[in-house]
Amino acid sequence: MSDSQESTANQTLYEKLGGEAAVNAAVDIFYRKVLADYRINRFFDNSDMEKQAAKQKAFLTMAFGGPNNYNGTDMRNAHARLVKMGLNSSHFDAVMEHLGATLIELSVPQELIAQAAAIAESTRNDVLGK
Amino acid sequence: MRSITIGESTFSCQPDETVLETLLRENVQIPNGCRQGLCQACLMRSLDNSPPVSAQAGLKDTLQKQNYFLACVCHPEQDMTIALPNQRGASIEACVIRKQLLTPDIVHLVLEYQTQFNFFAGQFVNLKRPDGLTRSYSIANIPQHENILEFHIRRLPNGQFSSWVYDELEVGTLLTVSEAQGSCHYLPGREEQPLMLVGTGSGLAPLYGIIADALAQNHSGPIHLFHGSRDLNGLYFIDEMRELAAEFDNFHYTACLSGEDIESGHVRGRAHDIALSSIETLSGWRVFLCGHPEMVNQTKRMAFMKGASMGDIYTDAFHVLQVEK
Repeated sequence: MSDSQESTANQTLYEKLGGEAAVNAAVDIFYRKVLADYRINRFFDNSDMEKQAAKQKAFLTMAFGGPNNYNGTDMRNAHARLVKMGLNSSHFDAVMEHLGATLIELSVPQELIAQAAAIAESTRNDVLGK
Repeated sequence: MRSITIGESTFSCQPDETVLETLLRENVQIPNGCRQGLCQACLMRSLDNSPPVSAQAGLKDTLQKQNYFLACVCHPEQDMTIALPNQRGASIEACVIRKQLLTPDIVHLVLEYQTQFNFFAGQFVNLKRPDGLTRSYSIANIPQHENILEFHIRRLPNGQFSSWVYDELEVGTLLTVSEAQGSCHYLPGREEQPLMLVGTGSGLAPLYGIIADALAQNHSGPIHLFHGSRDLNGLYFIDEMRELAAEFDNFHYTACLSGEDIESGHVRGRAHDIALSSIETLSGWRVFLCGHPEMVNQTKRMAFMKGASMGDIYTDAFHVLQVEK
């Protein structure tokens, strides 16, 4: 721990972002933005808020480069009903927007936001069933 | 090696195995999803010892207190006896010692028990009458030495159990009382936090218990109760609440009537509308919502949007059983 420069260099994205504490700080802000957005909140209307928040947390943990068991098939199955309801790329873009805005609000440096966004972006086709 | 007991069966948890892995290996059906402690599908409860703290991360504090844990991230530190959330423990018997009308629609029922019984004010139990008919009711008092349980039971049109309580139940009758359930209750700590409580009708029962509990545990932050009903038949304990507000500087009481008839001293409007419009931000607040399911769900969302953290919102929606005729 004496050589702080080296430890920073070896840190994962998840560690740089602040790990689980950062996810916990982000999840309420992020979910609030999603629910407030008229473009996408209909996809969240009938959901149990606690379960939804747990899922948002799983998503953010993954986007932050944290430990995850991402499974594309599960992601497709989970969103299939929403795709039938009209879920498309513009809605995915809106969620990406809120992810970025949440991280800005938490004063995360731009380069780390870009890395998190790239990970989140990699789920697009699974979410949209493409 | 640790052993895991669930129901009648006991299994050995191999080193490095989680509780979920052990149970699935033994072909015990356990709901599960992410297997990394996030989705909470594999929520279980330890019936004897406290589970490892790491297996409780992310759970609501009231669930942690009741020894709930996530099986997929639980490496047992000692032998465990566990149950799924819907597997209930032992029941007790309790005797009706008082029955009294609070309003033409709501009866105050007091039961006395002899055996050991643990609960948090605000939790609910299933009351079972001798022929087996069972309904859930919230406990309205705090645990004390007197071994009593109080309930506020609203008479529902065609309500089999509530009508029976009204018309037939006599002092001296024995009822079977399930283990206390639910995560909508007060926990000590953060005693300066402001509390907002909104209840409709007999939703006051759990809130009354929660308020009594908070005050008994010296909660010092402001406590704002909004109790609402359509008409006066659903409002009760008005004098008791006003006396409590006179006694405790930090307790504030607002009675709301949403119907046409309005008497002086009550605010006109729906309790949750009045509550939300009178508080600028709920950031940092603890929120308790009990009663009508629609009110509870709407207000939960609005309270969250108004700044309350998801972990700080405690709810108990009173779902009415639809009985086919």
